[in-house]
Amino acid sequence: MRAVEASGARVIGHVSDDPIRVEELLRAGSSADGAVTVFVGRVRDHSHGRRVIRLHYEAYGEMAERELAAILDETASRWTFSHLEAVHRTGTLELGELSVAIVVAAPHRSTAYEASRHVIEEIKRRLPIWKREEYADGEVEWAGSAPSEA
Amino acid sequence: MRVTILLFAVYRELADASSLDLELPADATVREAVDRLRSLPGLACLPAEPTVAVNREYASLERDLKAGDEIALIPAVAGG
Repeated sequence: MRAVEASGARVIGHVSDDPIRVEELLRAGSSADGAVTVFVGRVRDHSHGRRVIRLHYEAYGEMAERELAAILDETASRWTFSHLEAVHRTGTLELGELSVAIVVAAPHRSTAYEASRHVIEEIKRRLPIWKREEYADGEVEWAGSAPSEA
Repeated sequence: MRVTILLFAVYRELADASSLDLELPADATVREAVDRLRSLPGLACLPAEPTVAVNREYASLERDLKAGDEIALIPAVAGG
């Protein structure tokens, strides 16, 4: 976990086994921020036509935290907001559990939406995290390189 | 010089190892490290041109290595 002040914004990123608590993330920002976006990704019950029963996320922990911090810093240099926090889960997740959350607090909504979208797309493109899918038929496979639909 | 290779996810399972040390010539590149790795028994299944990180940053296969470098082979990522 890392918190930095980048161009006046508070930026926090972490990769962890701890469950994601959205209500804690919602305390982001201040009364100057009229817009707060929350994006969450959660475990879906299917993948490429197969029934999924749970996921196992593995990270190259030190690099994932460093890469996430780089994504957040880049985002803070492109958009103006007061608070950006992104969390990615690792470990075993059951259906419906949150795998990722991104909160942006900004004076106006367009900034919050754009920054949030940028962060999730970069997470998917470059965060060194892998997903092993466990299927209802008992098989287990590493999710491939096909673009994800989350 | 000695460097450390880290293998994750599907690469770890293919190689049946999560890390191993390699002895390389002093001026070796990442590509030479990968070639050496793939010449070891059972490891030819690893890709010839994987995405790699050196010391926790994405790096080119042509990058020169130093003693003690940590080279991670990065399978297709699937976060989110």
